[in-house]
Amino acid sequence: MTTPIIECRNLQKWYSGVHALKNVSLTIHPGETVGLVGDNGAGKSTLIKILSGVHHQDAGEILIEGREVHFRSPKDAMHHGLETIYQYNSMVPTMSIARNLFIGREPLKWKIGSFGLMDQKRMRQESVQAIADVDLHLRSPDALVGELSGGQRQGVAIARAMHFKSKVLILDEPTNHLSVKETNKVIGFVRGLKAQGLTGIFISHNMQHVFQSCDRIVAMARGEIVFDRPTTETSIDEVHDLL
Amino acid sequence: MKRFLKIYLDKPELAGLALLVILIAVFQIKSNGILLSVENIRGVMGLLPEMALVAIGVTILMICGEFDLSVGSVFALMPMSIAVMLNGGVPFPVALLLGLALCALIGFINGYITLQFAIPSFITTLGMLFIARSLTIVISGGFPPLLPDNLPTWLFTDYIWQGSILRMSFVWFVVIAVLAGAFLSLTNFGNWIRATGGFNEAAASMGIPVKRVKIVCFMLCSMLAGFAGLLQVLRLGSPLPSIGEGLELQAVAAAVIGGTALAGGIGTVFGAIIGTLLIRTIDNGLVLSRVDANWFKFAIGLLTMFAVIANAWMAKMSRKIKVEAHK
Repeated sequence: MTTPIIECRNLQKWYSGVHALKNVSLTIHPGETVGLVGDNGAGKSTLIKILSGVHHQDAGEILIEGREVHFRSPKDAMHHGLETIYQYNSMVPTMSIARNLFIGREPLKWKIGSFGLMDQKRMRQESVQAIADVDLHLRSPDALVGELSGGQRQGVAIARAMHFKSKVLILDEPTNHLSVKETNKVIGFVRGLKAQGLTGIFISHNMQHVFQSCDRIVAMARGEIVFDRPTTETSIDEVHDLL
Repeated sequence: MKRFLKIYLDKPELAGLALLVILIAVFQIKSNGILLSVENIRGVMGLLPEMALVAIGVTILMICGEFDLSVGSVFALMPMSIAVMLNGGVPFPVALLLGLALCALIGFINGYITLQFAIPSFITTLGMLFIARSLTIVISGGFPPLLPDNLPTWLFTDYIWQGSILRMSFVWFVVIAVLAGAFLSLTNFGNWIRATGGFNEAAASMGIPVKRVKIVCFMLCSMLAGFAGLLQVLRLGSPLPSIGEGLELQAVAAAVIGGTALAGGIGTVFGAIIGTLLIRTIDNGLVLSRVDANWFKFAIGLLTMFAVIANAWMAKMSRKIKVEAHK
């Protein structure tokens, strides 16, 4: 058996008296696409926020590729190859695609410490390449993200994660507020992760979307994992009944 | 052609520039050619750098999604603090550095309170508007202290050479404007400012220290306002406690007229300068055309509203052009 890419052991989290995560353990292997489902308040978001470095667990440990990690910020998580795409979309609409792709990780031509002049030519060239890599066809890296459709934006976010060689892509309700056509596009992206050698965690309310794109279903309820099975051995009805 | 039109529509400051050219032409005729006379330009160019520096600071802060109403008061407090220090025997370079440090501290407090207590910067800096103005009058002791006459005005406000149109303050303004423009559009920190103002959550999720970015912008804004105030005091030769009153809103108006979005994320240094130039031209042009000077604020108000509506319209048209080009 390969080393799990993510291993959570007995994670606990309290929010001002609410026990949001109760002893959650979850092991994910490289190349898996895991669908994480559950009702509002089931603990999905809490788990994801801990994995993406936004919050910290109160107890328990996280191992990435067998080594224990402590994320203090989203940047730490990104350094370890975990990138999260949020439902509200992690793109800045008033900025160009090229600039968006490199927010916080701008290539610098010249620098003092961590500040310096951006290599804008390289940003443009690499963003064209990154977008083409996810089969998205956009006319110009200088177009504003605000001019893109919701599905295209998620595509650019995924292109960004791939460009920075993320190992694990966490998609937090990426299909919310999208039209059917756009949703299909995003589901296509999620399905394509495996071919690119990426591990995916896909959080959604929508069972259809998860079953269409993931090879393992994990369900949470009241802060615990209550169900964990390969997609081929279960059905939407079974998971529905459970929740 | 369409491509060209789209680029034009995406840059509201260019519309401001066009308006500026038209206004200059109109006022030039109405004032019988006085507007563009050397003497008049000399007068306008004395005030312009001071206003523009404040507008640049306010614009940078607005791009990162915050607001500063205290710039007018800081404009007065900084030179007043320097005057008091000079009278206490502190040498000018030291007083200058301490004055700038005071501005940085005010900016820091504005930012820290705004972010720490999650209150709108509109409120924090409204408070600071009163506090800084009050401090200015208190430390002045009721009437303006005299400035020593050995100050290095040659470095700040004297005419560049005998009989030149421009003062040294114009050089400071150009240098700072170029640096600020480059800072915003060429550096990674500039990218962070735009990202923070454009969509705070997204910037934070990409690991940008949004709070620190905002605090730096607050500090820059206050320091530019204070420095501009110093230029004005050195030009006038006396630190009046009342200078800069109403300047905060003129600076916001200049930023908005130059295409800066109140919501953050959008704006340019060039736009701020165009906005300031427009305001100065209207002020000066109305006087020269013998229009009742009280119409000045009316015109600025009208222009501000017009600019915001025009910007929104232009952004919409620009998006439409994109859709058509796709078909």
